[in-house]
Order: sequence, then C-alpha cells, then structure tokens
Amino acid sequence: MKYDIILAGVGGQGILSIAFVIDNAALEEGLFFKQAEVHGMSQRGGAVQSHLRLADGQIYSDLIPLGQADMILSVEPLETLRYFEYLKPDGAVVSSSTPYTNISDYPVLEEVFREIKKAPVHVLIDSEKLAREAGSVRAQNMVMLGAASVFLPLKEDSLKKYIQVLFEKRGPQIVQTNLKAFDLGRQAARA
Amino acid sequence: MEKVVLLGDEAVALAAIQAGLTAAYSYPGTPASEIMEFLIRNSEGGRKFTAKWCVNEKVACEEALGVSFAGKRAMVSFKHVGLNVAADPFINSAITGANGGLVVVVADDPGMHSSQDEQDSRYYADFARILCLEPTSHQEAYNMTREAFDLSEKFRIPVMIRLVTRLAHSRSSVETAAPREQNKDLPYGTWQDWTLLPGNARRRFRILLDRQKELLEYSENSGYNQLVLNPSGGRLGVVVSGIAYNYFKEVAAALPAEPSYLKVSTYPFPVARLRRLIEQVDEILVIEEGYPFIERFLLGVVGIPGKKIRGKMDGSLPATGELTPDLVARALGLPERTGLKTGDFKLAGRPPQLCVGCPHADTYKALNEAIREFPRPVVFSDIGCYTLGALPPYNAIQTCVCMGASVSMAKGGAEAGIHPSVAVIGDSTFAHSGITPLLDAVHSNTAMTVIILDNGTVAMTGTQPSFGTGEPLDRLVAGLGVEPNHLRVIVPLPKNHQENVKVIKEELSHQGLSVIIARRECIQIVGEKKRS
Repeated sequence: MKYDIILAGVGGQGILSIAFVIDNAALEEGLFFKQAEVHGMSQRGGAVQSHLRLADGQIYSDLIPLGQADMILSVEPLETLRYFEYLKPDGAVVSSSTPYTNISDYPVLEEVFREIKKAPVHVLIDSEKLAREAGSVRAQNMVMLGAASVFLPLKEDSLKKYIQVLFEKRGPQIVQTNLKAFDLGRQAARA
Repeated sequence: MEKVVLLGDEAVALAAIQAGLTAAYSYPGTPASEIMEFLIRNSEGGRKFTAKWCVNEKVACEEALGVSFAGKRAMVSFKHVGLNVAADPFINSAITGANGGLVVVVADDPGMHSSQDEQDSRYYADFARILCLEPTSHQEAYNMTREAFDLSEKFRIPVMIRLVTRLAHSRSSVETAAPREQNKDLPYGTWQDWTLLPGNARRRFRILLDRQKELLEYSENSGYNQLVLNPSGGRLGVVVSGIAYNYFKEVAAALPAEPSYLKVSTYPFPVARLRRLIEQVDEILVIEEGYPFIERFLLGVVGIPGKKIRGKMDGSLPATGELTPDLVARALGLPERTGLKTGDFKLAGRPPQLCVGCPHADTYKALNEAIREFPRPVVFSDIGCYTLGALPPYNAIQTCVCMGASVSMAKGGAEAGIHPSVAVIGDSTFAHSGITPLLDAVHSNTAMTVIILDNGTVAMTGTQPSFGTGEPLDRLVAGLGVEPNHLRVIVPLPKNHQENVKVIKEELSHQGLSVIIARRECIQIVGEKKRS
C-alpha cells in the first residue's frame, strides 16, 4: 500500500496542522510516512504545499513524482489547480470552494471550479460555511481533513485522536470546534 | 529505542542532545531555524544544556569554539549563507582543532526557497579540510549527528553535517538510541594549539594536513557509503549523494535492472570504492543536490579516458534549482510522466507578501511619499520580511544582498554621489551586521539616512528574539555617535502617516548622517500574545 497526498493552501491556512494529524495517525496505524513541507518566506501569505507520503513499506523520496499523487487536498481552490500535474489520472481532488483572494489577479472563481471539475474524482467543499457552523472560521483546515478522510487509508478514530492532541493545549472548546469541523467536512464529502 | 516524529532539523537537534551536548548556538535562518527551536524547547530553560540564539553566526560559531576549548560538546547551526558570516572562526577552528566535540550543522537551500543564493557547503568543508557528513534520511541525520561528536573528538577537528531544505523540512519517524552523558573529564585546550601565532599555526596546519589520510580512511570504511555492484545493471554506474539518493532509489525501480551505484555520504569521499565502480562501467551519472561537487572532482581537468561522466556539467541534470524524482528519472532515461493538465488556464501566482497590518507597510508608504520629490533617490535594503517591499504595491527598495549590506551599500552609494542614499534594515539584522557599518558612517558623517524597522522580532524565520530592539536600540545608536537631533523615532501607523512623511523628508534632506527608527511591534507577535 502506498498513498501520496499533495496538501495545498495559502500560508497561514493551517495545512501543517492537517499534516500533523495525518502523520501521527499514520504512525499510530503502523504505516511509514514522509512529509516534505515549506517554511520561511512563503508562509507569509504565499502559496504553500506539502508532499505527504504514506506506505506500508520504506519510502525513499521526500517528494512525490509528477502524476503519482493519489490525492490533492487543498484548503483553497486556486491552490488546488497549481498542483494538478502531480495527480494520478484517477486521483482524487478534495478542495475547498472558498477563495483566498489576497492577490489582484485572482481568476474568475467559476472558471477555477470548472477546471477543478475536470478531475474525474473531485469533491468541492464550502469550508468557510462549514467551519462557521462548527464554531470558528479558522477551522476550515479540519473541515477539509474531514472531507479527505473519506478517501484516506486511515481510520477516522486515529485522525480524531490527533485532532484532540493538536488542539488540547488551547482548551476543550477549541478541540470540540475542530472535531465538529472534521465531522461536518466528512458528512459533506459523503453527501 | 523510541520512535519519534521529527523534522530533519529536529533529528539533528535530538541527536545532539542525546550525544551529550553541553551548549548549542545559532542565528535564525531558513531552513536551519528549527534545530535551535527544538533545542530551546527541550533544554528545560537551560538547566539540561545551553541552547541560545546569538546576535549572528560568527558569534555563535566562536561561542561553540569556546565550549569545545573547555572540553565539552558543542554544536553550532545555521543556513548556508550563515556560514559565510561564520567563515573566519569556522576555517580557523580546523587549525586550532576541536577539544570537546564540535559539530557545525549547515542547512543549504538549493532552489533558493528562502535565500539569495544556493551555495554548496561541501566546498567549505573541503576548504577547511574537515570531515563532512551528508545524511539522506531522518534516521541518518540522527545517527550521523550522534557519530559526528565522536568523530570530532577522535580526529580532533570540527565535523560538518550538511543538510538541504528537503531533508531539513521533511518530517518522518526516527528511532533513537540510549542517551550519553555530557563530557566530564576532558582537560581544557592547550595554549600552543589554540593560540594561532604564525609558529603555532604552521604546526597546527601541518597536523591538519597530516590528518587527511585518516579522514579518507574513515570515509573508505564508513558504512554510510555503500557500493552496490549489479553485473546485470548495464554499463551505466551512478554516483549519488545526500537527498538525491532518495530520488534515485525511488525512480530506479522502474528501470529493467538497477544500475551499479555508489552512495556517497561522507567527505572526503571514498576514493577506493569510487574506483571500483568506475572500473565496472563505461558511463557514470553523478546525482547530487547542490553544486556539481563530486562531479567536478571526478572530471578533474581532462576527465577519465574511455569513460563518459554525466551530471550537472553536461546538462543531464539542471545546473541550478532543486533536484526532483522526475529530473532524476529523466537523467536515467526513463519516460516522462505527468498528471492532469490545466491546459491554457492562467494560474495566477501567489508570492509571499507583507501581512495585513504590518508596520513595514506603513513605513514604506511614508517613505515612498517622502522620497518622491527627490530626482534620483536609492533605497538600499536588507534581509527580512521588509525585503518584500521590493514587490508591488510598494516597489520601495532597489537592493537586497546580504545581512547588513543596506547600511554599507548606502554609504558607498552616498560617496559615489547618490542622494538621498537610504538604508532600510530590520532591528535584528541591524544587530547582526548593521552596527559596524553604521559606526563607519558616523566616522565619515556620510550624507545618508538609515531607517531601522524595529518590529521587535526576527519575523520572517518565525519570530525569534531580536537583540537590538526598543529603548536599548535607541541608546545603542546614540552611543555609536549619531547626532541626537538626527536620531528620530517614528511609529508607523496609518494615523501617523503625514507626520512620518514629514520626519522622513526632513532627514532625507539632511546633508549628513541620520537614523530613523520606525518602531511598532510585528503583528504576528501581537497575534501570538492575544492567543496565549
């Protein structure tokens, strides 16, 4: 078994938190993982991505070769498209439909969606709406993780366990908000 | 044995702790910052060992050298260009030699994700004539760092660990070994070894040169270097080092048979095994992240008769940028693979930018307005978040070269006739390398204006502490001899815009040295304080 994920978003959207949960859930389930991430300059509102690889045997490359990702998981729709060439022909796109428009030449949103829908397997999630429903607009990353969990080779319980670990320092309220965000995302992807 | 999830940087840090580290020093810089952040988090406030951010890399390296002199284990870490700053103590520490284990960790940034060049630190290790270990994985990063301290004490030289961005910032699991105590019984260094008067230095350099044989012998026998000869692998042999090994192993599985290869992980590299590989094949592909270091040695000036050597020099691999599994696959003759295409859809870029509410933005708005009325002004800038002022909508700066260069270049520019000649520099960059050129400008009363952007932190690399901020910074600048009536402090806020434009205009018009400190806390710090 091998499962490669491109995580994408804009600096500050919390894709490294998604990675933390998947990494630790994978380790708990006895899988190998490697996860290459971006720090530094691009974290200031720029495009950020992380290559996350899961396998039941040794993983060599920290980077995913082109055309081999099983999933693009993105917290922002334009960022989803940036990594399309990494996706396998039958790979899954799990993308937020909420744009992050901190650039002046952001394309027409409908055209972005039209491109995303060219992927044979795609799920578009209104992460902003669901995160608000869960209690915090900042929880969009966990909404998207919930949506992705439908496809991931990981148990729902392991993922939830590490959402708990990730947020427990910030108090039970924030843990509950993020767990709810995860559930709402998961339900939306199933619908 | 415990399995833990770590960044490559953190694997190095944890290994150092468990190798009996007494003290570690660093200056923030991507992709090396997480080494010191991990050390500080785990130092129990300095009770277990010392872990400190320093004012710059040279100071950090010298402090580590002092620890080594005292017979204790020390580590210094920084990004590749940080080693330029620390080059003086680094090169000379090979001459004094190490007493307590001294490990120098350098994180190179091929592809320049967050850097102004992609220099390859293996050249520095070669230049200093010391050992360099280059891990391919998190486990090797851990194991090699543990061993590096032992090797440093065995050979009595500093040992370099070379990381690259993709390993420094990649996360995986690592199995740890039993921790070792800190050194207790090593005596201090002896003055004859550590006082580099010419007579001592000549003797010490001779010792270093004589030691090269032992270093090579270590490399020849090191288990980190692996020669795998595959008689059915064809006439192509591969020499592969560092992170490139991972890409090679990833893609070579698609070849009909894996070529014979030599994995190089220690420098000086293992010559005997390299010879054995070359004897088996007609063609050698060298795959290495960074400069064509091994490849150039291998080629020499005339090449190897009858053998074709491929790599970055002949264009089989790109001479610049990061390697990827796809580039390595192409060099091995494998067909290109790509996934979905977005066709002619125009993907708008999303470069990094100053945060909403950033104080630098307000300073740049005021500076842009104030400077408009001058015919040929130049704003020399420095390294930090404020370098993003080069991009729209600010378009406010014309240079960014290296730490502190804004101040020195503004002085040179002023002396070549530029007016106004302006330097913009952050508070931490000023502490790092801006103080000495400002002293130079004071001495000449150069007609230039230095704007110190004091946001109280090292923001770009993750809000590490700054050494030159707040009221002590004002006193420091005054103490250098800047005239009190041309040392101004402004608060960059939209409501102060007109007033700030006026202050800047006045100082730009001044025919002597002036310093404006634009002081407002980084909004990342404000946010962190709110959350905690």
